Amino acid sequence: MRPLTEEETRVMFEKIAKYIGENLQLLVDRPDGTYCFRLHNDRVYYVSEKILKLAANISGDKLVSLGTCFGKFTKTHKFRLHITALDYLAPYAKYKVWIKPGAEQSFLYGNHVLKSGLGRITENTSQYQGVVVYSMADIPLCHSSTQRAPSNNVRAKGKKLLNPTVWFGGRPQLATTRSSGDQVLAFSW
Amino acid sequence: MGRKLDPTKKEKRGPGRKARKQKGAETELVKFLPAGGDENFKRLSSRARKRAAKRRLGSAEAPEMSKSTGAKPLLGKVTKGAVQTPSKKGIPSLLNTARGKKRPAPTHSSEEEEEEEDSEGDGVVNQGDLWGSEDSDADMIDDYGAASNSEDGDEDDGEELLPIERAARKQKAQEAVAGGQWSEEETDEEEEEEKVSPESGPKEDDEMEGGLQINVDEEEPFVLPPTGEMEQDAQVPDLQRVHKRIQDIVGVLRDFGTQREEGRSRSEYLQRLRKDLATYYSYGDFLLGKLMDLFPLSELVEFLEANEVPRPITLRTNTLKTRRRDLAQALINRGVNLDPLGKWSKTGLVVYDSSVPIGATPEYLAGHYMLQGASSMLPVMALAPQEHERILDMCCAPGGKTSYIAQLMKNTGVIIANDANAERLRSVVGNLHRLGVTNTVISHYDGRQFPKVVGGFDRVLLDAPCSGTGIISKDPAVKTNKDEKDILRCAHLQKELLLSAIDSVSATSKTGGYLVYCTCSIMVEENEWVVDYALKKRNVRLVPTGLDFGQEGFTRFRERRFHPTLRSTRRFYPHTHNMDGFFIAKFKKFSNSIPQSQTGNSVTSTPTNLDLPSLKGQVTPQPESGSQPAKQAGVAGQAKQWLQQRQHPKKASVRKQNGISKGTDSELSTVSSVTKAQASSKLQDSSQPAEKAAVIREPKVAGKLKQQSRKLQSFKKVAFRKQRAPPKGTDRETSAALTVSKTQAALKPEDRNQPLGNTTGAEKVKRQVPEQPFQKAAFQKQNGTPKGPKTATTSRRSSSRPPPAKRRKSQSRGSSQPVLSSMDD
Repeated sequence: MRPLTEEETRVMFEKIAKYIGENLQLLVDRPDGTYCFRLHNDRVYYVSEKILKLAANISGDKLVSLGTCFGKFTKTHKFRLHITALDYLAPYAKYKVWIKPGAEQSFLYGNHVLKSGLGRITENTSQYQGVVVYSMADIPLCHSSTQRAPSNNVRAKGKKLLNPTVWFGGRPQLATTRSSGDQVLAFSW
Repeated sequence: MGRKLDPTKKEKRGPGRKARKQKGAETELVKFLPAGGDENFKRLSSRARKRAAKRRLGSAEAPEMSKSTGAKPLLGKVTKGAVQTPSKKGIPSLLNTARGKKRPAPTHSSEEEEEEEDSEGDGVVNQGDLWGSEDSDADMIDDYGAASNSEDGDEDDGEELLPIERAARKQKAQEAVAGGQWSEEETDEEEEEEKVSPESGPKEDDEMEGGLQINVDEEEPFVLPPTGEMEQDAQVPDLQRVHKRIQDIVGVLRDFGTQREEGRSRSEYLQRLRKDLATYYSYGDFLLGKLMDLFPLSELVEFLEANEVPRPITLRTNTLKTRRRDLAQALINRGVNLDPLGKWSKTGLVVYDSSVPIGATPEYLAGHYMLQGASSMLPVMALAPQEHERILDMCCAPGGKTSYIAQLMKNTGVIIANDANAERLRSVVGNLHRLGVTNTVISHYDGRQFPKVVGGFDRVLLDAPCSGTGIISKDPAVKTNKDEKDILRCAHLQKELLLSAIDSVSATSKTGGYLVYCTCSIMVEENEWVVDYALKKRNVRLVPTGLDFGQEGFTRFRERRFHPTLRSTRRFYPHTHNMDGFFIAKFKKFSNSIPQSQTGNSVTSTPTNLDLPSLKGQVTPQPESGSQPAKQAGVAGQAKQWLQQRQHPKKASVRKQNGISKGTDSELSTVSSVTKAQASSKLQDSSQPAEKAAVIREPKVAGKLKQQSRKLQSFKKVAFRKQRAPPKGTDRETSAALTVSKTQAALKPEDRNQPLGNTTGAEKVKRQVPEQPFQKAAFQKQNGTPKGPKTATTSRRSSSRPPPAKRRKSQSRGSSQPVLSSMDD
């Protein structure tokens, strides 16, 4: 377990800033104590300092996880943000997308969302913007990004209603293989 | 023009005709009046009916009276009717149909008798189905005839009664007494079947036996099949027969005195039952035997039955993200049928059925709830973690309890969630992240390593790995694959884990100092025995768990006796509480020290870190005897040296000593090995095996030492001195040596006499006592010799590093160590 290097911090903050912008500062300077990012086995963990002190006693090969995992660095040192960071992204998200109940299931199973599936969307969402996807009940589902700007007009030709789609960027636990054995279930809704 | 009413003409009756006619006001009225709930009153004559109706209307009490009295004779009848349906269920149901609503307060017996006599006619007719069906046709005809012959009066009563009924009257008279008792037992509460059945059951059994034999013969008393047949069954188990036989045997054993078959012993019945149960419920013999020891027979069958059926699905609301009310609403909207779990839980919900998979709703994925067994919520409730505490969960997978702890602490404080199984740890990570738990560190240690890694927790939860005999409904394989060895192995592991857990708790914690030990097993070996072991081995005591339901743990079981506070532990069973079998015990640690048992080989797994404080007190007495054997051995050689070389130069003396010592190595070969062991063990704190080896070797060496020492009697006075270093290593040796050696002198706490980095020094010291004059000189000489060669020689001799804290003569204690260590290079 070690602190992040400058380079890694930069890469990671860039990624996170895509979703929450300058609110990133709020993650670090929290009123209820100092939190920091630590790197362990290529994964970035977000912990408070109290926990960090105790975790320092645990040897590296026996430590599995601490605090919340935000994401991991790939072999080529790109940062991949995980869905476990959602709890921290959602309250600070700058651009939000609400999807209709019908499209919700499809999205959870890994499909893209068409514009027709959108219930609400924050204004001025541009193309390739990082967004947090919510269900209509205000439950954050995932972080993701837009493929098209919603301001584009919808082409009225039949099947070409592809604007905008929301990339299935993050991976909610239904489709991911990373979730616990209990959670990955083959089922029909 | 109407029909002429011709009283002489009787209307023909038969099939196909409008046979049913209005029977008369009396009969009609009876339906409306609060009679004794009798539909079949047809046997009464009209006069009798009128009388009964009058009585009912007459006094305020009357209706209730008649009800109760009607019930009693009814009971008498019902019991007979119930003979046909031997199961207990038949009885209460019949009774319930017969009875009205509320039972009145206890009545006077005299009134009862009176009423009984009078309304006997009433009661007489109140038969079970048995009678009604047979007599209906006859009744119709007779009623009509009776109505017309109303003038006849009471004689009709006598005529109408069948002989059986007359006999029944007599019995009723007997039952009046019993019935009096019965009504007194009744309370004013709504009658409930459970009340009825236990009360009625034994009584009716008695009645059955003592009463009349009616239409239906009692069943043939159960006959145990001969042994030959028993074997036959093994090949082709007819489950129906086996099940029937189980019930029969249980029935016989319940009332063994009367229902037994002559010439068959109880153990034969039990054996047969055992085999049948094993066949019917597919249990292994060992486990079934254990269960038969645990439960009385009636409970045993219930337990086995309960294990065939899965427990209801329960879930726990994650209060970090939602409230139980909101979650229930959301799930109901999705089509899940659920209810709050019970008074004892504020976050639990039980799911009856669901149209969507309960483990895959968006609420589940959002971490609003966790699927968790009801019994798994209990240990965390018992633990009662407070905010800002430090908590250890030693066996946390799959993370249900850990997340519950975190939610109770509201994500404050720190939790260390540990598990020894790496695969299952992944589920812990997933669950904790999903539920939004942020104050946890997840580690992958064997729980027994725990106080060494990190200790000083406020509370510890140990959900020990067990044989799983409480969750047979989840995993039926446990029925057959658990063996004596498995249980003992589990118990051993649990004891080790529990001791480690106790050592990880800090007794000085301001808010805590508690440990909860729980297993999902019902075996006494894994539960009470382990807890009792911990009570003996550590400074802990049991405290109430805070759970007000559940069965108390055993304080004695077969040949074992446990500490009386074990009554504060709790046991849960699937058949009584409808949750998985569980055992929970809550400890409070009141002292951080570890009680050392003073027996010779008390080399149990005591963590060495914590040994230090407790050992300090014991350092003084122990080391003295610790190096005795070696000292004695050295004494032999040294004595010779001294005698031979009094005045030679230091070095020479040293060398000679060494030479002699080497020469005497053969003599002292065993001793040197002991010294080596001792020295090495002195060096290493935790070299318990070495110590053990020393201990083992010492007794063998002791004999030789004794012999040698006898040779050198003059030098025999052995003065022992404090040695700081060896203490840890020689604890056990000393105790063994104490028993072994007989030539021990008192301690000689003289700095001068401190031995050099070897037992040779000690030997010298010893000899000083009797021969101080010349010895001192020699000793001083020796001590004056440069430490280097000595230590070198000593090190050569012992071929291991000398113990660090061996002091040098005429030097301060403190400086000895660094000096030594530098010299040793």
